[in-house]
Amino acid sequence: MSHRAVTIQTSDFDLAAEVAALRAADREVGAVASFVGTVRDRNDGARVSALELEHYPGMTEQAIEAMIGEARRRFDVRGVRVIHRVGALQPGDQIVLVAVTSAHRHDAFQACEFLMDFLKTQAPFWKKETTPDGARWVDARQADDAALARWGLTMDNAR
Amino acid sequence: MRVQVRYFASLREALGPMETVEVPAGSTLAALRDSLLARGGEHARCLARGRAVRCALDQVMANESAALHEGAEVAFFPPVTGG
Repeated sequence: MSHRAVTIQTSDFDLAAEVAALRAADREVGAVASFVGTVRDRNDGARVSALELEHYPGMTEQAIEAMIGEARRRFDVRGVRVIHRVGALQPGDQIVLVAVTSAHRHDAFQACEFLMDFLKTQAPFWKKETTPDGARWVDARQADDAALARWGLTMDNAR
Repeated sequence: MRVQVRYFASLREALGPMETVEVPAGSTLAALRDSLLARGGEHARCLARGRAVRCALDQVMANESAALHEGAEVAFFPPVTGG
């Protein structure tokens, strides 16, 4: 692939354009699986009016590249694209894109889910949400650690 | 030896984004955390054992048993919540 696999950006992204770029000039692709995460207007029982995303520049890209390497070892993957937004976001906004191409659907589905499970607990991002009671840092969920553990990886985050 | 210590999210708000810390040669991440805890105040509160604090060494997730080196970049932060 000639384009970069991982981008951290403040601006929005276009799923169709990203998938088209991933498929371009690769006629061995028979499956595309993608996931887009969006900002909910409700979290842990409170209305959310805004979200601020912080990250660790440098480490973030490196961590996601390493995850992609692990996905490639486990699954028959042809192309991968990960975009994660940072900065100020509103309910309804897109936050994250993971798109995977493969010859067949099984590897595409699996690699996409594996990458999201890995990203949720191992990529250095932090969400701060604005609620009617003020701003608060979002708590990590043990369910996300359990999701990663299903892949045979015990790397606890929430604890 | 000197190491760079970076903080993120709630730890950054309490402790600032970065500081340079002098530690004895051969120190581990655990020893660095102990020396920061010994300062008391906000450092002791934010980095207290039993609190969910993760750490990275040279921009890779690390255990506290990891050995530091001159010029190392260490980071402490809360559990991650991206995606």
